[in-house]
Amino acid sequence: MKKLLIPFVAFCLMAFTQVDNADLAVNDKKVPSVKVKTLDGGTFDMANISNDGKPIVISFWATWCSPCKKELENMAEVYEEWQKETGVKIIAISIDDARNSSKVKPYIMSKELPYDVYIDENQDFKRAMNVNNVPHTFLVDGNGNIVWDHNNYSEGDEEHLYEEIKKLVGKH
Amino acid sequence: MKKFLLAALSFGVAGSIQAQSNFGQVSGNFGLDAQYYFADSLINAKEVQEKTRMNSFANINYSLGKFKAGFRYEAYLKPLQGFLPGWEGQGVMYRYAQFTEDKFDITVGGFYEQFGSGMILRTYEERALGYDNMLDGIRVKFNPYKGIYLKGIYGKQRLFWELAPGIVRGADAEIIVNEVLDSLMANSKTRVIIGGSFVSKYQDPTDVNYIMPANVGSFAARMNLIRDKWNLSAEYVHKVNDPSNDNGYIYKDGQGLLIQTNYATKGFGVSLSAKYIDNMSYRSNRYEGFTNVFINYNPALTRPHTYNLAATLYPYACQPNGEVAFQADVSYKFKKGSLLGGKYGASVAVNFSSANGLDSTKYNPENDSARKSYTAKFFMPGANKYFRDFNVEFKKKVSDKFKFTLMYAYFEYDMEVVQNLIGKGTIYSHIGVAELNYKVNKRNNLRMELQHLYTKQDKGSWATALLEYTYSPSWFVAVLDQYNYGNPDEHHQLHYPYFTLGYINNSSRISIGYGKQRQGLFCVGGVCRAVPASNGFIISITSSF
Repeated sequence: MKKLLIPFVAFCLMAFTQVDNADLAVNDKKVPSVKVKTLDGGTFDMANISNDGKPIVISFWATWCSPCKKELENMAEVYEEWQKETGVKIIAISIDDARNSSKVKPYIMSKELPYDVYIDENQDFKRAMNVNNVPHTFLVDGNGNIVWDHNNYSEGDEEHLYEEIKKLVGKH
Repeated sequence: MKKFLLAALSFGVAGSIQAQSNFGQVSGNFGLDAQYYFADSLINAKEVQEKTRMNSFANINYSLGKFKAGFRYEAYLKPLQGFLPGWEGQGVMYRYAQFTEDKFDITVGGFYEQFGSGMILRTYEERALGYDNMLDGIRVKFNPYKGIYLKGIYGKQRLFWELAPGIVRGADAEIIVNEVLDSLMANSKTRVIIGGSFVSKYQDPTDVNYIMPANVGSFAARMNLIRDKWNLSAEYVHKVNDPSNDNGYIYKDGQGLLIQTNYATKGFGVSLSAKYIDNMSYRSNRYEGFTNVFINYNPALTRPHTYNLAATLYPYACQPNGEVAFQADVSYKFKKGSLLGGKYGASVAVNFSSANGLDSTKYNPENDSARKSYTAKFFMPGANKYFRDFNVEFKKKVSDKFKFTLMYAYFEYDMEVVQNLIGKGTIYSHIGVAELNYKVNKRNNLRMELQHLYTKQDKGSWATALLEYTYSPSWFVAVLDQYNYGNPDEHHQLHYPYFTLGYINNSSRISIGYGKQRQGLFCVGGVCRAVPASNGFIISITSSF
C-alpha cells in the first residue's frame, strides 16, 4: 500500500506545482539545452536557437506522420508573408529514427520547405519538451521563452498560430 | 526503490517552491487511455472480466541550470488488450538525475541512448506500443575536443516492473573529422564523420542444456560522407556467439550492414538503402521473447504507411534472425504552371522495398559439433521472399478549397515468416486510396478517405471509408467504417464502424471513441503490436505542461 501512496502523493503535489507554474509559465519556460543533429551530421544545442529577438516556431514531425507533413506544407505556402509581417522563423524537428532519418533531407528538399531542420533521432529533445505525440507545435518569443503550444494539426490551425505570432510582435 | 521515490518526491516539493521564486523549472506530461469492453462473438472480441482497462502515465521533469531530474509514474490497471500482461501494475521505474556542463554530461538512473544507427545499441520508449527497453544505470558523455564525442553506458534494462538479469556495458566514439582537422579541411566541400562502438552484455552462464557464454561482445564501425547534395552513410556491426531463444541456441556469430545514400535538390529527392542482417537478435536476457529487452534496433527498410488498410493489415517488421533488404524512395514536385502542377503545384512519390531471407546453407547436424547451424553468403538475398512493396502517391492542390491524394500500393507479404502464423502462406494484395480534402473556410474542414484492399488470401478484400470534420483549432469528429466484404466465410463479411469525437486545447487533447476494431497490427513509426478485436468505448487524454 505504501508503494502506492508515495507516488500518488508525489503526483498530487505535482498537480499543485502545475497550477503554481501555470501563472508564471509565460515568463518562465525556456527552450531546454538539448543536442540534436543537423542535416550535415553535426550537433546543435537547441538552447542556442535565435532569431534576432523575433519569434520562432518549433514544429515536431516525422516522415511517417501525415498531419505533420500537412502542417509543414501548409505553413510553407504562407511563410513568406509571415516572415515579411513578423520576421518569424520556423524550425522543424524530425523525430525519425534510423529507419527513415535518411529520407528527411530528400523530403524537405523535394517539397522545397524553407525551414531550419534538425533530427532528434534519440528523441532527447522530444522528451525534454514533454511532447506526447507528433505533430506538436511550440511558439517561442524573442527572448527564448515558450509562450504557446498546440498538439495535433488540422487544416486551418496555422491561422491561429499566426494570430499568436502577431500578438507577440504587437501587430494584433 | 523507496529511496528513489522519496528523492523524486522531494524534487517535486522543491520544484513547487522554486518555480514560484523563479528558481528552476518544472514541466511534464500526462497520458491516459481507458477502454470499456463489450463481448462480441461475431468479431471474436472475447469477454473482458474487468470490463474496463486503463494505461496511464505522467512524466515530471525538474531543471535548474545544469541540473535536471525527473521521473515517470505509470499505471496499467489492467493493461489494455494487446499489451503484454507483464505491464500490469503501477509505480515508478524511470527516474533520473542528470548534470550537464561544457564537456561532460552525466546521467544516473534511467536513460535512453543510441549508438550510431542503433543496430548495436538503442534503448527507447514507445508507450502506445508498450515498448520500453530503458537502461537503468550510469551514462557519461564527454566532449574532450571540438568534433569528438565520447559516450559510455553501464546498466540493466527495464523488463516491465523489474530489470532484466543481463548487465549491458558499452562505449561509443564519434569524430566529425572536418571539425577536428579544421585547419586542414577548412576548404573541403566534403564532410567526413566516423564512429565506432563496443557493447557487451554479461549474464550468468548457468544453464541446464548448454554451456553458455557469460559475456557476449559486439562492435560496430560507421562512417558518413556528405558532399553538396549527396549523403552516404554505412554501418557494420558484428556480434560474437550469443545462443538465445530467438536463434534456437546456436553458437554462430552475428553481423549486420546498413548502407544508406540520398541525393536532395530543390523539387527532387531520392534515397536508397540496403541492409544485411544475420543472427542479430541481441537481448539482455537470452531467454526472452516478444519485444522484451532488445539491446539493439534493427530497422525495417520499408515505408511506414499511414492509410489504415495499408498500415495495419500487413505491415512488415525486420527479421533479426536474418534478412537482406533494399529500399528506394523518390519524390518529385511538379512546378506550378506545369501540366500536372497546375496553378497550385503537385507532387509524386514512388517507393519500392523488398526483403528476402538469407542465402544460407544448413550444416549437416553430424558435422556441426560447434552448433553453428548454417552459413550465409554475405549480403546475398536468398530465394525466400519475405516482403515486397511498390507504391506510388500523387498529391495535388486543385484550388484554395480542394486538394486530393491518390495512392496505389502492391504488397507481397509472407505471413508465415513475419507474423509467425504457420500455414498462412504469402498474401498478394493491391491497395488503392483516394483522400479528398475540402476546406470550407478558415476554420471548417472536411476530409474523406476511400480505401480498398484487394486480395484472394487471408481474410479477402476490404473497403474502408472515413469522414472527418474538423473545427480548427479545437474540435474534431470522425466516422470510420471498415468492411471485410471479401471474407471467404460469409458469416465474417462484417462491418467495423468506429466513431470518434475529440477536443484540443493547446497541449491538451481529449477524445472519446466508440465502435468495433478489427484484429490487426497497431503501428507507430514502423514498430507494431498485435491488437485483438474489440468492441467498446475508448477515452484518451494527453496533456503536457
